[in-house]
Amino acid sequence: MAGELSAEQVAHVARLARLELSPEESERFAGQLSTILEHVEVVRRLDTTDVPPTSHALDLRNVLRADELRPCLAREDVLAAAPDAEDGRFKVPRILGEAL
Amino acid sequence: MSTDAAPRTSSRLDWEIVVGLEVHCELATVTKLFCGCANRFGAEANTQVCPVCLGLPGSLPVLNRRAVELAMRIGRALHCEIRPSTFHRKNYFYPDMPKDYQISQYDEPINVGGYLELASERRIGIERAHIEEDTGKTTHVGGGGRIHDADHSLVDYNRAGVPLVEIVSRPDLRGADEARAYVAELRSILVASGASDGRMEEGSLRVDANVSVRPMGSQEFGTRCEVKNLNSLRSLGRAIEHEADRQVALLESGGRVVQETRHWNEAEGRTSSMRSKEEAYDYRYFPEPDLVPLVPDEDFIAEATAGLALMPAARRKRLAALVAAADGQPAATSVTDQIATVVDLGLDDLVVAAVGLGADARLALARSANEAAQSPERARELDASVFADLLGLESTGKLSATQAKTVLAELLEHGGEPEEVARRLGYEALSEDALSGVLDEVIAANRGAWERYVGGDEKVAQLLVGQVMKATKGRANGKAVAAALAERRG
Repeated sequence: MAGELSAEQVAHVARLARLELSPEESERFAGQLSTILEHVEVVRRLDTTDVPPTSHALDLRNVLRADELRPCLAREDVLAAAPDAEDGRFKVPRILGEAL
Repeated sequence: MSTDAAPRTSSRLDWEIVVGLEVHCELATVTKLFCGCANRFGAEANTQVCPVCLGLPGSLPVLNRRAVELAMRIGRALHCEIRPSTFHRKNYFYPDMPKDYQISQYDEPINVGGYLELASERRIGIERAHIEEDTGKTTHVGGGGRIHDADHSLVDYNRAGVPLVEIVSRPDLRGADEARAYVAELRSILVASGASDGRMEEGSLRVDANVSVRPMGSQEFGTRCEVKNLNSLRSLGRAIEHEADRQVALLESGGRVVQETRHWNEAEGRTSSMRSKEEAYDYRYFPEPDLVPLVPDEDFIAEATAGLALMPAARRKRLAALVAAADGQPAATSVTDQIATVVDLGLDDLVVAAVGLGADARLALARSANEAAQSPERARELDASVFADLLGLESTGKLSATQAKTVLAELLEHGGEPEEVARRLGYEALSEDALSGVLDEVIAANRGAWERYVGGDEKVAQLLVGQVMKATKGRANGKAVAAALAERRG
């Protein structure tokens, strides 16, 4: 991964995360994120031929639970935590057609 | 190619439809994938939710062992390699998941590289079958329920976190009929493996179709579109036909297909573009830090996949072998169709048992695929020895085919013993004595024909047999009558 991250790339990532950045912020973060990527590049240069890939920080496998029922929450409590509710369900703004 | 014919039907022949399917199967567990909430269809909205499936801060998912077992059973039934796997977060902004991500398996799925064999004996490649959680159910309010002009949406999270296995086929299917056959076969396999109840109408199985077209004979794939919202085999077939027509029309008019997700509208009978923002495809997958790797050892896999029932393909082969053994040659196409029907209806155990008791294999198959198929639930309950007895009466000529069918219908309806039922229906009257009496009458009434028959004219035999059948109102056995006539002639 060579080269600087562009302001456009930053704007794209920000859109994916629904973050609103000003052009100045995009420029500034492009520089900061590039520094981080450069550091990752340094780590990448290490010889890891004999190191098995790690998919998790914990040395644990197969953590499983039995297929047994546990109590659920009361609906009033669940919906009380929602910004809005209607007819026993969460009420949310219309979904598509939103400006990205 | 004629230009004045309807353009679609004429041009369609020049194109091959290529389909790959993604089938989401809800697993028949008691609880959800990562929490102890009930996995049950039809409960009141938001009564089966807890901090884990609502994604509340501080909650942690723990993998359901039964879901893993069922996923491995599916993998085994589809001849996949069962492998160590990990979980990822698939991130997106859509309120059907309260966490804003769905936990799924990404680059290391539990099952890879299998196949499904259709009744046509075509093998359809299975790319992968991975575990993931289901999403909540959204209802769009206002604007006639259409998503684009809805005022707002209501969400029920009962389904959020229900365990799914997503089965991804290779683009090996050629057309709507084969796609439907694949889903029907997959459904049987999922039910037989105990992984699913197979209820498409309740959303237990949901299908997305990747459809593309290419010039007949071409080896390269065309650009595909993914069609969603296929809730029945009928929708699946119609949507593939429609989408292929759309793509062919586009290509023949000089346009090109744009890779996109399209929504099938059952009422309007057409697909429409779903998302225009390409960013929506970027799910920013990353490893789920709250779940550790799943590394099933040999014992775990063996235990989970033990006791798998015979899959439909194996059951069809078992019947084909019975027929081939009886006939001394491979089963013909008509028989292959009967075999598929019998396995589909779950009547193959009955056939196998009856043949084991000495029944004629072809006859057992025919009576199962045609007559017993009229009430399959009852036929599955039928005692194999009763069925074998009935078939015996037919193949020895004691009952005609018509009589045997009636007796079978009676046995399925009210039960009983074949001989007793036949007697009650008056079929026993056609004993040798009775038949002999009828023959006397027929010969007397058709003197000329009888003389010609005695003189060696075989063609009149049919006429005489017909007269006997008429006199007995179809209760005589054709073969037995012909034999009796021949015996009379000496």
